[in-house]
Amino acid sequence: MRLFICLFMWTLLSTLPANAVNPNEILTDPALEARARDISKGLRCLVCQNQSIDDSDASLAKDLRVLVRERITAGDSNDQVVTYVVSRYGDFVLLKPPFNMATLVLWLGPLLLILGGLIAAILFFRKNKKITAPASAPLTEAEKMRVAELLAEDNQ
Amino acid sequence: MNKRLFFIVPLLVFMVMAGYFAVGLTKDPRKLQNMLTGQPVPEFTLAGLQGRDDTGFKSADLIGDVTLVNVFGSWCVACRVEHPFLMALKQKNLVPIHAIDWREDDRSAGPLWLKKHGDPYTLAGDDPKSKAAISFGVTGAPETFLVDKKGIVRFKHIGPINQQLWQTTLKPLIALLRKESSS
Repeated sequence: MRLFICLFMWTLLSTLPANAVNPNEILTDPALEARARDISKGLRCLVCQNQSIDDSDASLAKDLRVLVRERITAGDSNDQVVTYVVSRYGDFVLLKPPFNMATLVLWLGPLLLILGGLIAAILFFRKNKKITAPASAPLTEAEKMRVAELLAEDNQ
Repeated sequence: MNKRLFFIVPLLVFMVMAGYFAVGLTKDPRKLQNMLTGQPVPEFTLAGLQGRDDTGFKSADLIGDVTLVNVFGSWCVACRVEHPFLMALKQKNLVPIHAIDWREDDRSAGPLWLKKHGDPYTLAGDDPKSKAAISFGVTGAPETFLVDKKGIVRFKHIGPINQQLWQTTLKPLIALLRKESSS
């Protein structure tokens, strides 16, 4: 069983994507390197566009990774590094779109749609209740008499 | 009336969204926001190319005259397409063109390319590690920046520049910028 689990984990690990970060780019300080990886994962490769610079083999992505590491080593905070890259390439370089006026609809749109749907659903079911209510109205005198007649017939 | 609303509202929402998506489809997602236009050129200092007279190319060189900054590389196919037009600009002495020779693997690759095809540049700097290119927000070559007398980027073009772009945009803009004072 243990062997099986080991094999299973090994299979999972072996399916991890290959790393684009070259060994000679990696910083010696593991804390700084971890920050660099973190920043790189959020920055779009401008050549391939749907990969992060952390994943991309493009030469521009490599140069950007090196730049990120240089800035971190020079003492920049994560935010300062990201702000610098955005000042050169615009918000598009961020894989996760920031929350600002241009992306308001993008961030709040789904929430509004869900709210709208909920309201519509509530209204719809409330109204249906009203529609079904008259159907269970009390029987009229004539109907009651007819029911009594039928029951009497049955009892005979 | 109310019942009809239940069908009309989703339809309206759908139509508004479809409208947005229809417009979105006509836009090129590869076109980036232009961050540099209106901003001073970024600070950079590049070493010169082998075999050229100049001692390099730095941001201070861009102050005082209206200039073009052209990002090229000997590996870049589209630059080869653009090159004859830059040579024509140089021959007619229309505007000084400076170069950022971007990401050459070999220090002699850029100079050899210029020797072979002709050298339209006034100043040229070697940028093997994208130092200047990234600060200019370059994503591919060729890219061309129009810089005014104060060293402020006024126009950016991605891809080869040609006669048409020159006539419609660059020529009138350069004439306009030349009338501005340099301080």
